[in-house]
Amino acid sequence: MQNWIGGVEKLDVLKRVPIKEQEPIERIHNFDEVCFGYTPDEAAMEAQRCLQCKNAPCVKGCPVEVKIPEFIQLIKEKKFKESYFKILETNLLPAICGRVCPQETQCEQNCVRGIKGEPIAIGKLERFVADWFRQNCEFEFSKPQPNGRKVAIIGSGPAGLSCASSLAKMGYEVTIFEAFHKLGGVLYYGIPEFRLPKEVVEWEIENLKKMGVDFRTNMIFGKTFDLEDLKQEGFDAVFISSGAGLPNFLNIEGELLNGIYSANEFLTRINLMKAYKFPEYDTPIKLGKKVGVIGGGNVAMDAARVARRLGSEVYILYRRTEAEMPARKEEILHAKEEGIKIVELVSPVRFIGDESGHVRALELVKMKLSEEDSSGRRSVKPVHGSNFVFEADNFIVAIGQSPNPLVKKAVPDLELNPNGSIKVDESLMTNIEGVFAGGDIVTGAATVILAMGMGKKAAENIDRYLNAKKHENL
Amino acid sequence: MNEIVIKQNIVPNVWLMGIYSPQVAKKAKPGQFVILRVTETGERIPLTIADFDSDKGIVFIIFQVVGKTTSILSTLNIGDSIADFVGPLGMPYEQDSNDKSYLFIAGGLGIPAIYSKVKMLHSQGKDIEIIVGGRSKENIFFEEELRKYCSSLYISTNDGSYGQKGLVTDILTQLLENGKRYDEIFAVGPVLMMKAVVDITKKYGIKTLVSLNPIMVDGTGMCGGCRVKIGNEIKFACVDGPIFNGFEVDFDGLMKRNSYYQDLENLSYKEHKCKIGLGE
Repeated sequence: MQNWIGGVEKLDVLKRVPIKEQEPIERIHNFDEVCFGYTPDEAAMEAQRCLQCKNAPCVKGCPVEVKIPEFIQLIKEKKFKESYFKILETNLLPAICGRVCPQETQCEQNCVRGIKGEPIAIGKLERFVADWFRQNCEFEFSKPQPNGRKVAIIGSGPAGLSCASSLAKMGYEVTIFEAFHKLGGVLYYGIPEFRLPKEVVEWEIENLKKMGVDFRTNMIFGKTFDLEDLKQEGFDAVFISSGAGLPNFLNIEGELLNGIYSANEFLTRINLMKAYKFPEYDTPIKLGKKVGVIGGGNVAMDAARVARRLGSEVYILYRRTEAEMPARKEEILHAKEEGIKIVELVSPVRFIGDESGHVRALELVKMKLSEEDSSGRRSVKPVHGSNFVFEADNFIVAIGQSPNPLVKKAVPDLELNPNGSIKVDESLMTNIEGVFAGGDIVTGAATVILAMGMGKKAAENIDRYLNAKKHENL
Repeated sequence: MNEIVIKQNIVPNVWLMGIYSPQVAKKAKPGQFVILRVTETGERIPLTIADFDSDKGIVFIIFQVVGKTTSILSTLNIGDSIADFVGPLGMPYEQDSNDKSYLFIAGGLGIPAIYSKVKMLHSQGKDIEIIVGGRSKENIFFEEELRKYCSSLYISTNDGSYGQKGLVTDILTQLLENGKRYDEIFAVGPVLMMKAVVDITKKYGIKTLVSLNPIMVDGTGMCGGCRVKIGNEIKFACVDGPIFNGFEVDFDGLMKRNSYYQDLENLSYKEHKCKIGLGE
């Protein structure tokens, strides 16, 4: 395989240059990254498959419109550094996006190569360039002339980070307030190390620091500080990007039993508190031999795969079929390769516990899929009398998150949508002047890249708003 | 930031610390708590804000050495800093302005949780009585401080080494049987104690508040590890509490949840003691 640049192996333009991954049998015993990423030669090879379309449909599929053909052309020419800066023109966090974006439904879905063969591995190439740069270059940033204006950003997740980077490039003095002791939001506490190494997140954040962005941890909006404090500190505008961090529960009998975790709690203990290294780290986690994970999204896959790495036998319990799962296909495949079993068409009825208050089983009811409705979605109905008991030592509830209600408590006059998300106008401004919002707190739990797209859009609107205000004053 | 500026050994195994944290001290209100992490590999633990000095930027915590984290914290000295100190968290204590007479009941390490509330109500001229209980004389502390703010202070110890022999609930029963009535009773301490108090006050129909102490991780409502059953609803103690109507709390559920990690906690503490040469 290593000889293909020498022309021994011929490139099949319809097929992707394969990427190396840790073998399932090995990786279920560690938290190291599953995908090793392309080597420079492999990346250059894959880049050759790009047709360099003039109208580039791939770019239209990218929420932040990365200049895809251009950065790929530079990889082909092995100008990796130039390629990195080409991506950076529109996306400040390529090492993260290249790993966690659902490219198959975004850029890669539109790739012309995908009509006859496999689309270009755009995500893997983006990741390669960012990793190559991280390993070979020092991030430098020539700071723009400060414009004398200050913006506060609440939450250091993807939306906040991307808003901060855009504003910093325009010359704003930006401060990010984070409630946790670590930065990155869901990138840190949610997505596990084997999918997104924390060293990558930390590197991207270090770059933002080099751009002059100031970070303050352990600051909880509505508790440690509020809008009035920000005003007093002289901030000209505020961007709220505190995410959808409130875990949904099933609201069924027995949910208070020991051994039932929300995916948020389970993943926070693992990713943020490093409970898998207990007792070297002080935070404990308890998981028995058999674990049931309820849900079918990316969070459910992450929780299941973490549980597998802690040595448990893992079952994903999902109310529809695998085909309807909202999780990325790649993650479902990885989970199955790791021996995780999927139980389709089941819905939880009640948890059953023992004397000590520990969960022992979950009563499930079988579900039946109906025909597609006009929106193309198939609904499910319980099959009467099909209840059965699924025994397990632990259950992890991963059925979604809602916007964190702390924000509303902090700002009572903030207008919300009926589902608890913040109401914004087309410029992403809330009903309070100068206060903008974006990311999951506005959209409900969505993707990293959508949050980043909103952060970037908010930065542009904040700039426009403050410029207009300046003119008013003159 | 987060520097230890005051450290006192109050009674054996119980320490008072003043932490320099102006941002927490500025916003703190009675009834709230902080989450702290002592070291970079440490866990996050919740502790009640016993008192605070907004002008000097100091938050006071009182803790008993019960495991690894509190053990490490107790070995730190004035001038040392802890890794993280977050807050103030939880809903503040709100009193009904019509209420005039109060009975506070603190068992064991419940004393810090009543202290700032008692002080606040006293400054408003309310009538306050307090029952304090502990296993033994050496577990009773803050007696003088509390006396300043109340009209009567009753003390009980399990072994009778100080005050009345028995439980706080024995004194409560006597007071109520003797015809004493209160607008509000506030009980804080071990779950069993709070449950026993509620069992008594329910019969008299006296409003009773309790402050719960479930296991917490983040303390901001994003994990639900601290969920408790209040009436027919599941609440997160860190954002909806920690103070709840005692008549509605599922104490048995809380007790079971609190014991979940006991074995791992013991393991962690034992290993720590071995490392520092205190092990068996």
